[in-house]
Amino acid sequence: MLMNSKPIIEFTNFTFQYFSQAQPTLHDINLKIYTGQKILIVGPSGSGKSTLGHCLNGLIPFSYKGEVHGSLKINGRETSTLDIFKLSKTIGTVLQDSDAQFVGLTVGEDIAFALENDNIPTDEMHQRVRSVAQMVDMHNWLTSSPFELSGGQKQRTSLAGVMIDDVDILLFDEPLANLDPATGKIAIEIIDDIHKQSGKTILIIEHRLEDVLHRDVDRVIVINDGRIIADMDAHSLVASVVLQETGIREPLYVTALKYAGVQVTEAMQAGYIETLKSELSRDALQIWYRRIQPTRQLNTRLSILNMENISFSYDGLRPVLEDINFDIKEGEMVSIVGKNGAGKSTLSKLLCGFEREDHGRILYRGEDIRTKSIKERAEIIGLVMQNPNQMISKPLIFDEVALGLRLRQVPEEKITARVEKVLKVCGLAPFIEWPISALSYGQKKRVTIASILVLDPKILILDEPTAGQDYRHYTEIMEFLVEINKLGVTIILITHDMHLMLEYTPRAIVLADGRKIADTTAAEVLTDAKVIVEANLKETSLFALSQMADVEDGTQFVQSFIDYERRLKNR
Amino acid sequence: MNMKMKLFSYNLADTFIHRLSGLTKLICFLFLTFAVMYSYDIRVILVVMVFSILLMRTAQIQFSQVRLMVIYVLIFIFTNAVISFFFSPEFGTSIYGTSHEFASVFGISLTFEQLFYQVTKIFKYASVIPLGMIFLLTTNPSEFASSLNGIRVNYKAAVAVALTLRYFPDIQRDYKDIYLAQQARGLELSRKAKFIDRFKNSLLIVIPLIFSTLDRVEVISNAMDLRGFSKSKTRTWYMSRNFSRQDALALVVSGLIFIATVFVSIFINHSRFYNPFI
Repeated sequence: MLMNSKPIIEFTNFTFQYFSQAQPTLHDINLKIYTGQKILIVGPSGSGKSTLGHCLNGLIPFSYKGEVHGSLKINGRETSTLDIFKLSKTIGTVLQDSDAQFVGLTVGEDIAFALENDNIPTDEMHQRVRSVAQMVDMHNWLTSSPFELSGGQKQRTSLAGVMIDDVDILLFDEPLANLDPATGKIAIEIIDDIHKQSGKTILIIEHRLEDVLHRDVDRVIVINDGRIIADMDAHSLVASVVLQETGIREPLYVTALKYAGVQVTEAMQAGYIETLKSELSRDALQIWYRRIQPTRQLNTRLSILNMENISFSYDGLRPVLEDINFDIKEGEMVSIVGKNGAGKSTLSKLLCGFEREDHGRILYRGEDIRTKSIKERAEIIGLVMQNPNQMISKPLIFDEVALGLRLRQVPEEKITARVEKVLKVCGLAPFIEWPISALSYGQKKRVTIASILVLDPKILILDEPTAGQDYRHYTEIMEFLVEINKLGVTIILITHDMHLMLEYTPRAIVLADGRKIADTTAAEVLTDAKVIVEANLKETSLFALSQMADVEDGTQFVQSFIDYERRLKNR
Repeated sequence: MNMKMKLFSYNLADTFIHRLSGLTKLICFLFLTFAVMYSYDIRVILVVMVFSILLMRTAQIQFSQVRLMVIYVLIFIFTNAVISFFFSPEFGTSIYGTSHEFASVFGISLTFEQLFYQVTKIFKYASVIPLGMIFLLTTNPSEFASSLNGIRVNYKAAVAVALTLRYFPDIQRDYKDIYLAQQARGLELSRKAKFIDRFKNSLLIVIPLIFSTLDRVEVISNAMDLRGFSKSKTRTWYMSRNFSRQDALALVVSGLIFIATVFVSIFINHSRFYNPFI
């Protein structure tokens, strides 16, 4: 690849330490990025990858203070001589929460925000907004408010809002968080198209490696514990041991190749599923696949939750849910998937009694729960919200978990026993006296789960339990839920995460536009092209792998992978 | 999505009134409001009221859009009327200098003067409703922010107004979600509970609301900083409108109404009150 002699970004012996931290978050970073490159920066949570982004766009030291050693040059100029405003003319940042960063009342205003701050005359502003909106295909939405937009459209708007400054570098901070799988895939395609058309330098900070590698990148930089531990192309990266060492999830098809005993090498070009030289692994995959005995798990247990012909609408005009039927058995672990706005959250609100169905019945162990109040239902069906900060209302862990019991006037001595028991189950027993503010995000999540479990519900609904979590924390939370499930609690997961669905929930219910369009195994859902399109899901790369390996039944191949993995992990 | 949001929503239409700049509408609103607040002449008040109802027609505002707000205001006006009657039932007499009693309640005599005074006052308040509605429902909040900035209000304060409107529905939704989730944990805010318990329980909603809102504030302020907010002393506005001939017309008309009101008081009534009893 042809490279300019001068890098556009250059870190030299760069070290950064937040004033609030005892240790530097970035150690001795040396990194050169050249004009027009497309770079993926991966690393687990807390590795320093977001801090690196903040150093580039000027949020450090503008909003987050700390001590800097070494040098960081952008376009040949030392960043310590530039402020956040000057930097924002060179490097545009798209933050991960495309809803919260939408500061305008309409798309047009949001895109124009940077121009407004630059005192550009109103007429010129309108022209420039129109032309940049055209680039991201939002020109017909300029007067729409954020409430009328989908997640993908909000992200396009954010992108237009930074591109309007004609920056040289675009920085994407976890662009895939909060997006459904199909929208995430499109986001990666838009970024790639913009890279190809404009030749801008692109930096993507993400931990979802496989999803970003849907389109090619020039280099992948791996950060762990504040240090750059790898800087290579995607093919070399998946062939190396770096991913396992840092706890970043490798692409699923690579895992499958390894299960089949294939030695993944650079020559196999396994960085992207499209470039994979499958002739080198075909035989091994076929042999492996034939050896796996399918597990037939027939759930003969009693049903615990039935929805019969449920319909619901908020305004009496547009139905949000239409004629939903399903039957969940005791001890099942089920995921509910579908695009944003498909009615998943509404479904959980109906189950908890937050909203009342217009038609149909909800049965718990065969008994209609229509007459039960929200409080009474909570003793059967517990709901854990996505953001733990939305639930935590007490400073101490013990008080937080005890809250539901205290509000129910349970005698204090019984409360202590029950809280201690549930904290033990949740692995929080050592922290019983701790303030919640001292906990990590994952631990806070556990506290909220504990505060629901203490009421001893038979069914637990979790809304996006692993959102924004890296692979290690994801695994921690999910393995914990498996433990809870083994204790006999039925678990319903509302999720966008296709990996979670494949690995942890044998069954998936798929909603699209308020209707149930599938209710079957995760393997079948993620290999059914029609369901995938309708529900904004994404086909698993295992399916593509099975086709490369000339396996006839792709769905069975995916199922075999799940069965193999489950046995391997002894679940 | 949510009916409550409609209390604040602005109605998209393209009428003469919508095309006026937000600043013009604010000044006209103030002129007309001062006019009816200054005058106790029911004739003047009725003229302004009929005028503003006509304006509401022009702006294509439907009664269904404003029903909720009208109900609130009417309740307020009537409560106010009843209370002020019981506090000073003689006030009308003392203003108009005569006393024509026609009935009595609980030993308090009812006079035509008092009745006339209170009816005037009710219309006075009531005539402000359509004016306020027109202003709220036809002014784009961002455009209004730009107008505020136009009259030298600090642009940061003006943006804060627009941002409040932008994030209000989000926070309202958070509040509802938190409230329901805490209810599931057993929280009750019913009137049966003691005041101190209700206060303590409401903290169970407020605290998570504050923390989740703070998360949001951090993202918003980063997003704004990264796009150069507050870098210079001035800023321009995507939504600002130029001052047009129509704006001038509206200002002149409402200014004239205000002057006419003052004129009627000084030269015809020789006081703020119109006295039909002499």
